[in-house]
Amino acid sequence: MKFLDEYRDAESARKLGSAIARVTTRRWTIMEVCGGQTHAIVKYGIDRLLPDNLELVHGPGCPVCVTSLEMLDRAHAIASQPQVIFCSFGDMLRVPGSRGDLLQLKSQGSDVRVVYSPLDAVNLAAANPGQRVVFFAIGFETTAPANAMAVWLAKRRGLSNFSVLVSHVLVPPAMTAILQATGNRVQAFLGPGHVCTVMGYTEYEPIVRDFHVPIVITGFEPLDMLEGVLRAVKQLEDGRAELENPYSRVVRREGNPHARRLVDEVFQVCDRKWRGIGLIPRSGYKIRASYGAFDAEQIFAVDALEAQESSLCISGAILQGQKKPHECPAFGRQCTPQTPLGATMVSAEGACAAYHAHGRHLYDDRTAECTVPQA
Amino acid sequence: MCLGIPGKVEETYREHGLLMGKVSFGGVCKRVCLEHVPQVKEGEYVVVHVGFALSIIDEAEASRVFELLEAMNQLGEIEEAAREVSG
Amino acid sequence: MTMSAENLAATFASCPVPQARFDRILLGHGSGGQLTADLVRRLFLPAFDSDVLSALEDQATLRLQGSAGGPRIAFTTDSFVVKPIFFPGGDIGKLAVHGTVNDLAVGGARPMFLSAAFILEEGLPLTDLQRIAASMRQACADDGVALVTADTKVVDRGKGDQLFITTAGIGLVPDGVALSISAARPGDRILLSGTIGDHGIAIMSVREGIDFETVLESDCASLANLTRVMLEVCSSIRCMRDPTRGGVASALNELALASKVGVKLDEAAIPVRLEVRGACELLGIDPLHVANEGKLIAVVPPAEADRLLQAMRSHPLGCNASVIGEVVADHAGMVVMRSVVGGERVVTMPAGEQLPRIC
Repeated sequence: MKFLDEYRDAESARKLGSAIARVTTRRWTIMEVCGGQTHAIVKYGIDRLLPDNLELVHGPGCPVCVTSLEMLDRAHAIASQPQVIFCSFGDMLRVPGSRGDLLQLKSQGSDVRVVYSPLDAVNLAAANPGQRVVFFAIGFETTAPANAMAVWLAKRRGLSNFSVLVSHVLVPPAMTAILQATGNRVQAFLGPGHVCTVMGYTEYEPIVRDFHVPIVITGFEPLDMLEGVLRAVKQLEDGRAELENPYSRVVRREGNPHARRLVDEVFQVCDRKWRGIGLIPRSGYKIRASYGAFDAEQIFAVDALEAQESSLCISGAILQGQKKPHECPAFGRQCTPQTPLGATMVSAEGACAAYHAHGRHLYDDRTAECTVPQA
Repeated sequence: MCLGIPGKVEETYREHGLLMGKVSFGGVCKRVCLEHVPQVKEGEYVVVHVGFALSIIDEAEASRVFELLEAMNQLGEIEEAAREVSG
Repeated sequence: MTMSAENLAATFASCPVPQARFDRILLGHGSGGQLTADLVRRLFLPAFDSDVLSALEDQATLRLQGSAGGPRIAFTTDSFVVKPIFFPGGDIGKLAVHGTVNDLAVGGARPMFLSAAFILEEGLPLTDLQRIAASMRQACADDGVALVTADTKVVDRGKGDQLFITTAGIGLVPDGVALSISAARPGDRILLSGTIGDHGIAIMSVREGIDFETVLESDCASLANLTRVMLEVCSSIRCMRDPTRGGVASALNELALASKVGVKLDEAAIPVRLEVRGACELLGIDPLHVANEGKLIAVVPPAEADRLLQAMRSHPLGCNASVIGEVVADHAGMVVMRSVVGGERVVTMPAGEQLPRIC
């Protein structure tokens, strides 16, 4: 597959790995922001191609993980109502709310459907005029243009039975919050390649300047990730702090103006609560008043439920890169992908799920030991 | 986040007033909304996320990392040669 | 380490997150991954308390009382609930016949007889049922098996999703053939008969909301002939499995656990059709987790691997056969894969249903 396979070449990966080893003389902690990047690291075993003194820390770039418990409970309440077809991206279906997840709600008879694209939900609304179709519009800035288009199209087609439950989150405020937190260990960032495809990277330039932290806009294939790490380490070793964009085949400084125009028309910035982290001011999107007829929060006046998190779950610390999953006492015991206590264990990109799925707590290839209990 | 995959725009058309396209991913064709890349031409490659093209892939920029690797290769050869001379 | 339901309840008495997470069956329980394995282990096996059942082979190999020596009977059962009932490359009837035959074939048996019980939903068009019956007859003829007993029930509209088929299959296991999922040994090679993910992606591709413009076909086929050829060429095959729901990942994890060995895979050696790859990339799905209906995995001592591979490649269903890994003594119970770029990751069973993701 063109523009994919070339970036998975083993020999090139090995060379980049060697180059990284050659330039790394000290311990560095680098955070990759995107859940998709976390997924790539685990899928390809990229961290095993890096020298031991480089630590890759997983960031909060998993919109599934950071969707607030209150929002999940709201989704649950809406989906439980009669005559509602509740549509969602697949990622969200297994995230536990206070009363279980959406898949369990489906097992109890609610009409919960997975869609690949928000436009599929719009088509469902057109095909089912007697039902109210609600789409769970989560995601970072990358998904905002698609979600905005769904709302815009519903308005244009006069679909009064379509609405969206919006829980968008924005990356730059989260990065700033991480850098400002006490105990922050992150020294450089691999920036969110697809978020920047939409937004451009001008918002990251002040962060580089104010915190003197390198940010390298990075893609998602193995060579992209390795090049991102190489550039970040070189900056750290040189004491530089710059914004670099090696993902230039896709990302431009101004991003995608067409996409952003539509996002601005449909959404506006608001405060948002991030699960595990708390309220970050001006870190989310909500629907503008002009599109209020499509705002599920207004249409379905569901009361804010008493949302309770597991007292054992430390996903907040994990999302901010302060703790690793295997440092959580519940990891692999009470908290597993089948019985997750928090969102970082459920989403495939959540650091805890990634660690658990790939057996990090059991298999240490440096010592070639395995502590799997024998059956 | 943001699973975005490169695909080739095979044809374009309009539906409900939106610019749409048939985009192929390794031989599988899917309908994709091209409204955010209105300047796209058939034959070009786009990055697609949840059924929407977000960017047209710049083929010149795409070879950049390989130029870097080639430069590293040549540097490596220079280093090898230097070692041979001094060794 | 997993905990029993009782232990979980005791630990979580004061925890506000509901601990009785699975008081109902979820779709994921049918995916052939971790949830299914847990359901079988925690609910069914204790209830039935049978040594033969607990071996969890694809079929039961039984000796009738008073018949020491000679062929043994292989006996298997399966249910087919695939939606849609007609899909590119097959239908639920063809799947039912080949699927049951395959369960027998990978156990080394020669499939002979099938039964089929049909649960029909009120309102199912008779023309659809005729098509399926004809398809089953053709499949039986192709496989050399006889459908000798059947049953039909009808349920109310809305209670049966068009058509479900439950089968049982009987075959004979020749003397000297003793394949078992517990028989893998360090050093053994793992062979895969062809491209993975074809069936599951074909089904997903015609599901509402996914539709591809390209037609992706299921690999639904009988493995009886291929397995017969393989057993003739190599009498020391340890085990064969057909990686249906849960994919190659589930089959190999089950093998690793049952044989108490590790499995090392080479991602670059695993064949995937380009279209299937494209679909998996787009949806964010791992081909190792996707169902196959015309493929098998064989575990064989290293000295026999090349000869067996050549035999498989000469067979129409094995033309893309390859050695995808080996059995090791390290990391017992786990499957570890070397990625195309040289890193490593653990390959787990899928957690539940395969859903397209945005992340």
